[in-house]
Amino acid sequence: MAVCVAVIAKENYPLYIKTLPNENELKFHYTVHTSLDVIEERIHSVSKNTNDLRELYLGLLYPTEDYKVYGYVTNSRIKFIIVIESTNATIRDNEIRSMFRKLHNAYTDMVCNPFYTNGDIIEST
Amino acid sequence: MSKQFAVFGDLFEEAIRAGLTAIQTQHPGFYYQEAARYAIARKQLCRGLCPAELKYPASDPLAEADKMEYYGQRPWRQGHQSLEAPSVQKEREGIQALQYRECQVDHSWLVIPLLSSAIAQFKKYKSPRMKRYLVVQMGEEYYHAKDYSKALALLGRVTWEYRSERWWSILTNILQLSLRCAYLVMSFEEYVTVSIELMGRYAQVPREEKIRIQMNLHKIFQDEVPEPEHGCEHDSVEKGRALWTTISAGGKSRSPIVVEMNSITAFVECKACFTADSFLCESPVTVKLGLHSFAPMPIRFSQLSVRFSNEAYNQFGIVVDENAVDDPIESTSYLKPGQTLWHTFQFIVEQDDVDCNLSIAGVDLVLGSLEGCCATLRWTDGGGDAIVHPFATQVHRKKVALNADFSVVSWDVLPSNYSTHISPREANLDVQLLQKGPALVNEFYLMTVSITNTEVAQISNVRTSISVVTAVADAVATAQPNTFLYEDIDLPCSQLISMPLLEELKPNQKVDNVAYVRCVDSGARLMCIQVSYQIPIDISGKMSMCNCMKEITSSIEVCEPFNITVSLTNMKFEKIEKVQLGEAFLSRMEVKCLSPWPVALQGSSLNLAKLVKFADEESLSQLTDVSLKQNDCAVEFRCLLSSGQTPSEIDIGSYSIEWRRVQNGAAVPFASTTVSLPTVEAEPIPLSLHVDMPAYGHMKAVLPLTYLLHNQTPFVQDMEIAMESSEAFMLSGHKQLFFRILPDSQHILRYNLFPLFPGYVTLPRLRVNMVRYSGVLDQLLSSVVPTHIFIKPFEKKVSA
Repeated sequence: MAVCVAVIAKENYPLYIKTLPNENELKFHYTVHTSLDVIEERIHSVSKNTNDLRELYLGLLYPTEDYKVYGYVTNSRIKFIIVIESTNATIRDNEIRSMFRKLHNAYTDMVCNPFYTNGDIIEST
Repeated sequence: MSKQFAVFGDLFEEAIRAGLTAIQTQHPGFYYQEAARYAIARKQLCRGLCPAELKYPASDPLAEADKMEYYGQRPWRQGHQSLEAPSVQKEREGIQALQYRECQVDHSWLVIPLLSSAIAQFKKYKSPRMKRYLVVQMGEEYYHAKDYSKALALLGRVTWEYRSERWWSILTNILQLSLRCAYLVMSFEEYVTVSIELMGRYAQVPREEKIRIQMNLHKIFQDEVPEPEHGCEHDSVEKGRALWTTISAGGKSRSPIVVEMNSITAFVECKACFTADSFLCESPVTVKLGLHSFAPMPIRFSQLSVRFSNEAYNQFGIVVDENAVDDPIESTSYLKPGQTLWHTFQFIVEQDDVDCNLSIAGVDLVLGSLEGCCATLRWTDGGGDAIVHPFATQVHRKKVALNADFSVVSWDVLPSNYSTHISPREANLDVQLLQKGPALVNEFYLMTVSITNTEVAQISNVRTSISVVTAVADAVATAQPNTFLYEDIDLPCSQLISMPLLEELKPNQKVDNVAYVRCVDSGARLMCIQVSYQIPIDISGKMSMCNCMKEITSSIEVCEPFNITVSLTNMKFEKIEKVQLGEAFLSRMEVKCLSPWPVALQGSSLNLAKLVKFADEESLSQLTDVSLKQNDCAVEFRCLLSSGQTPSEIDIGSYSIEWRRVQNGAAVPFASTTVSLPTVEAEPIPLSLHVDMPAYGHMKAVLPLTYLLHNQTPFVQDMEIAMESSEAFMLSGHKQLFFRILPDSQHILRYNLFPLFPGYVTLPRLRVNMVRYSGVLDQLLSSVVPTHIFIKPFEKKVSA
């Protein structure tokens, strides 16, 4: 199970961060924030090539501190970040991809909502 | 563990220096960071496990620790195999000794250098956020190491980045730590700034916290000691409290501090705007200032002042509250939470500011009492904060009109318009440029500027100026001006002329000013006429002089007056392409008048080039005092002679005519138009022939004819001439002759002709043939030699 999920807007501020309730939330905030560095670098180096659809999924960003961080960028530069415990070795790449796909679908549904203005903090029940 | 990581980090660094490339996710920085993390963990464990007060136990269980074989072995256990400790007492003492030793280790100073090397690594590999995270950790370490000012400095450096990236939870954490440090070091400015930010709407502290912080701020402004922050160590708290007390007990107020509000997100937001984008100079300028508070409890300000770009208006923008700070009387400076307070300022602009932009330089809000210690919250440019809505999505929101009722609009959507334009008063003057166009090139064209005062009052100091407007494209193409303005005929020209100053102009009075313009080429010209004057006007009961200006542009069409064509003919008025050297030819100048106005020609003159001269000694113009209407043509002929020796293209020169409009009369001087004559090829002829004969003959009277043959070549020429007979004449002279002409000398042939018939009769033709240039000469000479002559008949007598 993912330990933390975050949706980051184009200007690099968090639209939605949720962690498992018994964890140190601040630490995850920092982890997500620092993983933005890696994402930025990947985006800038990829943007020199033609933008391939497959590049949306950035894969394993870096394994640090007993956690694995995965990233995914949409074409409008919205970033999704999933943090998973390293001990959870049974999760495979495909499952991560499907998780991101579901996240992306949920996000597009939300953007289609006429009451949602772009840039607002996402509040979810 | 941490030492392991540190050593590995060093190794990695060495490897990189030796040539191993590292990527962003795998470089020594991570290892240093891990080292630091483990050191921090160690410190935390130590704190948890070791009691603070400890002394070294009496017996020295660790005396032989260095002699052990393995790292970490405990000397009192040596020699026993079982897991159980042999002696419980010794075990306890041993552990106590270890704990004591552990307590001695200054953990923070182990962590900090590790963190700084990690930061350096991350900086090298361009991970700014990781670097910032590490800086925050270093700040925390300094806090634990009780170096509070350094911690404060470090944390201050990173807060702006988190603020701009809007990671509120992280920012809140950092701010709370900064608050503790500021409290402990008694850094007044930092404390106030951080408190203000923590009370703001983005900080994620619970409401009770915010209330507590607000209470502390209150206490500071009343020269009392604030409560200590949570989570600080006791002895530090005592020191801090002592510091605060000494300052407040000393009685001297702390110097007022200034807090820059634009770089933090505070609990009070300010938005100032002018109610319109531009104001007329006679109407008062209105500024609306709104303050919105997000603090949990009501707060009172002592003074609100607005600063403008022109400091003279600052006095109009001050609101002072005389009540005491914690007096819950509601007034204009008492902000309730969630409520917006509006202030309106109005003032009249000075004349100097007309036609300028007026903007709000800043807003100052004073917290605390003015006599005691206070903090000035300073905004620049009409409000805003660190997040001045960088969203591109803001444009989708409907813009709120500036003069709408602001109390019903929500705070976030309100516009902030901090610059406005003062437009000058409309000039009520009728200015016209009277002219009889179109103008002609090179003439002195008369224009009249007519000014009529249509104001109700009398105006004074009327200044008029006329200038030529050059379009940008023109300015590039023509380096020299092509339009000249003259105030009067005798004065030199300029690009801008100012008319004499008129002292006063009564209502409905009219005045005319005259100017001349001369244009060098055709086209349209734009003239700009500016009239400025002063008029007394009434601005809210006060009379003052207002400057007004009226500007009009008027275009003048300029067209060519003449179309001059020049062609060359020979003496028989036939068109020729080439000219013979030494032979006279005619230049035909045709002047076709294109101007719609009748034009009077004064005269014309030819400026000839070196190789060309007039055939006659003096050559008068044939176009003197000729008056042309549109589409009339005037033609004149001038007889020219080319005087060169070598065949070449000769430039004949230029032709100029002087003229002026008929209707202008003698007031306007003549203008001259010049056209250059074509270049023509001159060829030498070997022989030139001149015929000397009277203009007409009589019947039965002798007509003498003389032919002069001039040898133009430097050689002796053999000549052969033959005179053909003609029916109309009886001829006496050489019919056929061979002779020689020396170079540059001439030979004269004389003939006597006796006319037989009256009328325009054909002359007998002389054929000249040069032996060397046979066949050539005929053609050349046929154009020179006259072919016909008029013979007058007898007087008719009626014969019986």
